[in-house]
Amino acid sequence: MINNSYLLGLAGGVLIGLAGTIYLLGNGRILGASGIIGGLIDGSGRSEWRDRLLFIAGLVAAPWLAITWLGLTPTTHITTNPVVIVSAGLLVGVGSRLANGCTSGHGVCGISRLSLRGIAATAFYLLAGGVSVLVFKHILGVI
Amino acid sequence: MRALIATLSGSLFGLGLLVSGMVDTTRVQGWLDIFGEWDPTLAFVLGGAILPMAIAWRIAEHRRAPLAGGSFPGRPAQKVTSDLAVGSLIFGAGWGLAGLCPGPSLASLTFGGWEGLLFLAAMITGMLLAVPARNLTTLTGLGQR
Repeated sequence: MINNSYLLGLAGGVLIGLAGTIYLLGNGRILGASGIIGGLIDGSGRSEWRDRLLFIAGLVAAPWLAITWLGLTPTTHITTNPVVIVSAGLLVGVGSRLANGCTSGHGVCGISRLSLRGIAATAFYLLAGGVSVLVFKHILGVI
Repeated sequence: MRALIATLSGSLFGLGLLVSGMVDTTRVQGWLDIFGEWDPTLAFVLGGAILPMAIAWRIAEHRRAPLAGGSFPGRPAQKVTSDLAVGSLIFGAGWGLAGLCPGPSLASLTFGGWEGLLFLAAMITGMLLAVPARNLTTLTGLGQR
């Protein structure tokens, strides 16, 4: 039997791909979450602040609407350890901006364009993510 | 038109992150846990997302301009710089530690509790710290190598 989570993963993935498609073909922009957020934070994307804010509004509101109206169940298991949360947040923020992209920009948009930078970035963050889980879960036992 | 597309795209993105399980930190960490109980779900998410995007890039090649005007993004220099490598390694370490990346941290904001809010605040702080970090690597010339 096919695992239900695989099908949901595939369906959700297609939705993510369609979001990137209309952003590219409609507005001529690459859908990268860290770039859209970061451009607002550090002022580098000030000229497009309205589009960025509306994108973020949709990103925050749509899951909430789907949960309230369609009855979708949100599942998340974020750790309650504040030291882990703050450390991880800082690493994700600094790293994604220094690399100029994260899972959406480099992973989805970069790989689909066969961009060398996108493919290399994805290899690097998958490697670091694997090592991170190995160290913090199996060796140190903090997550 | 641009505003409508941005809102629609953000909404679809958020819906996709919710449905796919990208907002579930244990699923993300399960995908990265190759030495434990490996969860292959994220391969389906990435595959499902890359497919329409690959078609979109092909369509963009044959079109003069985006629907709402402006121009398509040019091809960036195909150079793997140390900023790209080091940044991605730092990002990956944090992604594995909490199981959250930038998109899902916003998509799960309404149900992620104080933990989600704290992560977002730390991520924003990290993004601000990236500015001096990048200036430093540019100044020393290390970042572009």
